[in-house]
Amino acid sequence: MDQNIGVYLCSGCGIGEAIDFDTLSGVAGESGVAKIYTHACLCGAEGSKVIMDDITSGAVNCVVLGACSGRVKSEVFEFDPMQTIMERVNLREHVAWCQPAGHEDTQAMAEDYLRMGIIRVQKSTLPTPYLEALDKTLLVVGGGSAGMQAALDAAKAGYSVKLVEKEPELGGHMAKWHKNTPTTPPYHEIEDIDLSTIIEQIEGNQNIEIFKSAEIEKVSGAPGMFDVTLKNGGGVHRVGSIVLAAGWKPYDATKLENLGFQKFPDVVTNVQVEEMAKAGSLTCPSDGSAPSVVAFVQCAGSRDPDHLPYCSAVCCRVSLKQAMYFKEQNEETKVIVFYKDMRTPEQAEEFYKQVQKKGVIFVKTDTSKLSISEGSEHKIAIDATDELLGEPIQMEVDMLVLATGMQPAVLDDPILNLEYRQGPALPALKYGFPDSHFVCFPYETRRTGIYTAGCVRQPMTCTRSKSDGTGAALKAIQCMELSSQGKAVHPRAGDLSYPNLFIQRCTQCKRCTEECPFGMYNEDVKGTPLPHPTRCRRCAICMGSCPERIISFNNYSVDMIGSMIKSISVPD
Amino acid sequence: MGDEDQKILVVGGGISGITAAVEAAETGANVVIVERNPYLGGRVAQLNQYFPKLCPPTCGLEINFRRIKNNPKISFFTQAEVLSISGKPGDYSVAIQVNPRYVNDNCTACGKCAEVCETTVPNQINYGMDSVKAAYLPHQMAYPFKYVIDSEIIGTDEADKCAQACPYNAIDLEMKPETLHIQVGAIVWATGWDPYEAEKIDYLGFGRLPNVLTSVMFERLAAINGPTGGKMVRPSDGKEVKSVAFVQCAGSRDENHLAYCSGVCCLASLKQSTYIRERVPDSKAFIYYIDIRAMGKYEDFYTKVQQDKNLSLIKSKIARITEDKESGGLLVEGEDISAGSQVSQVVDLVVLAVGMRPGTSKIRPDLEMNYDDFGFVTGSGDSGIIPAGCVKAPMEVAASLQDATAAALKAIQVAVRR
Repeated sequence: MDQNIGVYLCSGCGIGEAIDFDTLSGVAGESGVAKIYTHACLCGAEGSKVIMDDITSGAVNCVVLGACSGRVKSEVFEFDPMQTIMERVNLREHVAWCQPAGHEDTQAMAEDYLRMGIIRVQKSTLPTPYLEALDKTLLVVGGGSAGMQAALDAAKAGYSVKLVEKEPELGGHMAKWHKNTPTTPPYHEIEDIDLSTIIEQIEGNQNIEIFKSAEIEKVSGAPGMFDVTLKNGGGVHRVGSIVLAAGWKPYDATKLENLGFQKFPDVVTNVQVEEMAKAGSLTCPSDGSAPSVVAFVQCAGSRDPDHLPYCSAVCCRVSLKQAMYFKEQNEETKVIVFYKDMRTPEQAEEFYKQVQKKGVIFVKTDTSKLSISEGSEHKIAIDATDELLGEPIQMEVDMLVLATGMQPAVLDDPILNLEYRQGPALPALKYGFPDSHFVCFPYETRRTGIYTAGCVRQPMTCTRSKSDGTGAALKAIQCMELSSQGKAVHPRAGDLSYPNLFIQRCTQCKRCTEECPFGMYNEDVKGTPLPHPTRCRRCAICMGSCPERIISFNNYSVDMIGSMIKSISVPD
Repeated sequence: MGDEDQKILVVGGGISGITAAVEAAETGANVVIVERNPYLGGRVAQLNQYFPKLCPPTCGLEINFRRIKNNPKISFFTQAEVLSISGKPGDYSVAIQVNPRYVNDNCTACGKCAEVCETTVPNQINYGMDSVKAAYLPHQMAYPFKYVIDSEIIGTDEADKCAQACPYNAIDLEMKPETLHIQVGAIVWATGWDPYEAEKIDYLGFGRLPNVLTSVMFERLAAINGPTGGKMVRPSDGKEVKSVAFVQCAGSRDENHLAYCSGVCCLASLKQSTYIRERVPDSKAFIYYIDIRAMGKYEDFYTKVQQDKNLSLIKSKIARITEDKESGGLLVEGEDISAGSQVSQVVDLVVLAVGMRPGTSKIRPDLEMNYDDFGFVTGSGDSGIIPAGCVKAPMEVAASLQDATAAALKAIQVAVRR
């Protein structure tokens, strides 16, 4: 397009007192702009109408606003980004409000900002959005609590869903459990697990196609145009975005030799207790007898630098629940819980109190330092220090339950098998969880259009997993909607530009393909970058990485920044 | 998305409400936010730093405000409240009362009104720890970036003086409360939380002893735009704070006050201990706790903060806080449970880690929502009213965002159903 630049300068809010506007207008005049206009209140009805009229009449198609910060008055200075290039030069907060009025340096600063703003517009072009990523089918990987909820909620919002589960049936871990911790007021009683309702809803929903006993061979493409190949001839499926809800696996208890696992048959994990309870009776593996004294060891391999340094967030509540299993089997069973800190946040505190009332005994100790040995008559002997009494205690128990933590299912299996130059897995932040780095944006991963939900993301309860699945589904839907309109997703949601590569000058140095945090570029065999625009988050790291400077955006380029810097007037 | 005109109402413009609104709008829905304060951001706008990264909440808020500014699908009302809701999922009629700001959209935030204004009012954002002019910007990064004329001076000469000082004709002293009626398909209820009323915990001295603060007030004390400009000084005499005692579960896990655990206070106090430790060399911090609840990967933050030799973590129950006449400080007494001895510690400042009460603990809206005994919303059946954030359970920011994002999809579902 031929640029007709209008420079609109505001002298209000003290800008006019700080800066000489005749000289400032002169600076704009040197740049050969179509119009220069000054007003004492550009954001007022009169001032803003002048700009709007100039745009409507076609007199101006590029606007340089020398006024206040881009943070403010955006509702007034809002023009169609497909039609009008706009740049805001902050003469108020960045100059008039922080520099001495009338000083020559203040004036020079304002002039330089204006020159840079004009150059920036001159080096910009209108965006041509990428409009080829049109698929709006959601892929959900994992049919546990989070995945089922993600699939169902996306389908209820009118989207087609493909749900892939590696087991023959839906339900995940929950399907193997006896009961759940309290989720409803007054939060006192453990609850039956009913998965049949949600499974029926999913299986009966026409928007959802379910693939059971299915695994993913590979995923290629990009948001709005992913191609998902299932193993064993399961076909290739085009989807727009992905929710990975692959769940968790228990920490490997064989590493907990110090707590007697595998040394003593009656040392079991919380997962085993769940299976026993589901099967109908809680018995000592050694002789099949019902235990009369049971101890739980909290943080078995958790909050421990030698094992999992983090807390798995649910184990305290799970042990309280399992303590109730033993009490339900036989009220007389003596249950002792060894803990570092009892972590029953929110309303779960009510359940903790209830379990205390039922006679379960709690002993605060550093559970990684418990001494476990063989006791009398095949019992397990425990030596501990009761930190509250400040004295050692010894006891013999029939069964010892290790409250082991959670690890992400993607720890040693990428599951999605992404055909990305940077590797098949979602990058993990810490401890293998592909969780967000950001407090403010919990769903972001480093693979655009792929969102994690549930315990694959971080340890959480099943109630939270369900809502996490819903949230991830929203993010995935949003990505499909924005991609189909050629718009970037968070954090530059709505941005219509994306990197343009002047590929003839590419030297195949591969820096862009390596450095993109989002894996936007694949490579051909020679190492030439193959951009996937809908993976791009518009961070411009590739632009900075390219030694040949062949990567640029419509509204951002090395030439632009270089020209802006050169436009600064340096006194002799 | 189906019907482009289908609107979602978000009640509450805190971090949960903003998130639900932005996430729904970026997916294609039209959204209206109704916020009681004259600014968006809620409690988060009053925080100094987030755990575990100790980053400023302003950063995340600014990103979200930018998303709102860039998105024509979002509109909002500040100083507004919902009067009534009627109808059914997919078709609700909502009456909203917008209270007067006495400042219109012409306001450029130039500040001329505040220059001439002499009357001061308690500063709401600083929990009344200082005062502001009755013509004020709610805080430095406030959005919308517009002044407010406090109703305190309406009808006085001073208000006229402010109006005359405005070069942009932005002060309108004739503004009256306005009632608006809108039609929406779904409603996200994100009315947030209030800190527990610490004065009810008599033995901890809040309200009687000026150097006993609540955790939310301590956030303001540490904030660069707070009442002391971020200086750690005692409210009683302005002396630099050299030692702080954090009393965990102040009123929480206590049948006489809040029986539940608010989930975030341990991490908040660990975070706040770094405020004093980083700013005042050789300062000491004491955290008196029952259990330290640093869930999930937040454990790393606990592990990191624990390395500080000048921070003491004491499993204990604090029974009494009194003035220490000699030092002008406070004497914290109780039982040290681990050592089997007595806590008797003199400190300059005490911070009560108070719990979170849902916004519905005092006033329950006349809506199809179920509550537990504490006033948290446990569900809303099949209605089109979706609770989000701390109105459901105590949550930290990341969990609130996760919950609000989920609420956005639930609201969109209701909108599609029509």
